Amino acid sequence: MSTIQPKVSEPASDELALVQAAKEGDVGAFEQLIRRYDRNVFRIAQHITQNREDAEDVVQDAFLKAYSNLKQFQGQSKFYTWLVRIAVNEALMKLRRRRPERTVSLDEEVKTEEDSVPREVADWSPNPEQQYSQAELREILTRTIQGLPASFRTVFVLRDVEGLSTEETAEALELSIPAVKSRLLRARLQLRERLSRFFQKRESGNGKPTLESGDGDQ
Amino acid sequence: MKCSEFLQELTNYLDGAIDDRTKSELENHLSWCHNCYVVCDTTKKTIEIYRDSQLYELPDDLRSRLRSAIVSKCQGHKKVDPESV
Repeated sequence: MSTIQPKVSEPASDELALVQAAKEGDVGAFEQLIRRYDRNVFRIAQHITQNREDAEDVVQDAFLKAYSNLKQFQGQSKFYTWLVRIAVNEALMKLRRRRPERTVSLDEEVKTEEDSVPREVADWSPNPEQQYSQAELREILTRTIQGLPASFRTVFVLRDVEGLSTEETAEALELSIPAVKSRLLRARLQLRERLSRFFQKRESGNGKPTLESGDGDQ
Repeated sequence: MKCSEFLQELTNYLDGAIDDRTKSELENHLSWCHNCYVVCDTTKKTIEIYRDSQLYELPDDLRSRLRSAIVSKCQGHKKVDPESV
């Protein structure tokens, strides 16, 4: 079985020059950095906050905070990793404000009933995503990932959706590398388990499950 | 190798972050353990489906609105920042 091909893009060679120009007050240079990363910041923010308005606020607040603190960016990490760290913190603050009754932390080990032991081992259809319309698939994927604890969801999004390396994810979340790996394994296995209910091979005549049919996990 | 040991290495295996010897032990396990093969294959598909899905794309109009708001605040910040004058 082949390994996953990561969706990683190396920063453009002009990136440090843009950061340097922005540090010296060139707003146009900073605008180019916004264009480069605003979609990523929005996705990460919406995955964490699960709220569109909050995600919009996070995009604005994260870039403004980055701009005001550019002098503190020393260039030891990629600008993007540094920006993600700011965005994740802003998003977690939003989440805590919205759900003050629940502690939201990336540090705690979350114990869940559905942990790392696979229970559903049925194989999937060859092209499982094609069994559903785009809208149905989007709903299944969104509801499934929203069911993960914030600490697992965030690690999965940074590593597997945004393509940060394990080291960059650890740096952005201020976690140790073993903690990132442990959360990533559990996030991947839990998502797989939950998606299996929708994507497994079925006998002919058995209808596909939908979120409304009660076979979903939410 | 037991299935639980295989699972512990699953993330490293899928990410290609293992040495050749461990890789060959894992692949030997996969060659006879159908359950681990299915778990490994469907975990890989899970990652690929999420990676390729376009969840939470930023619409163009909202994107320009947010960017203008940020740039305008940065310009305001620049005017009051004595170090940049």
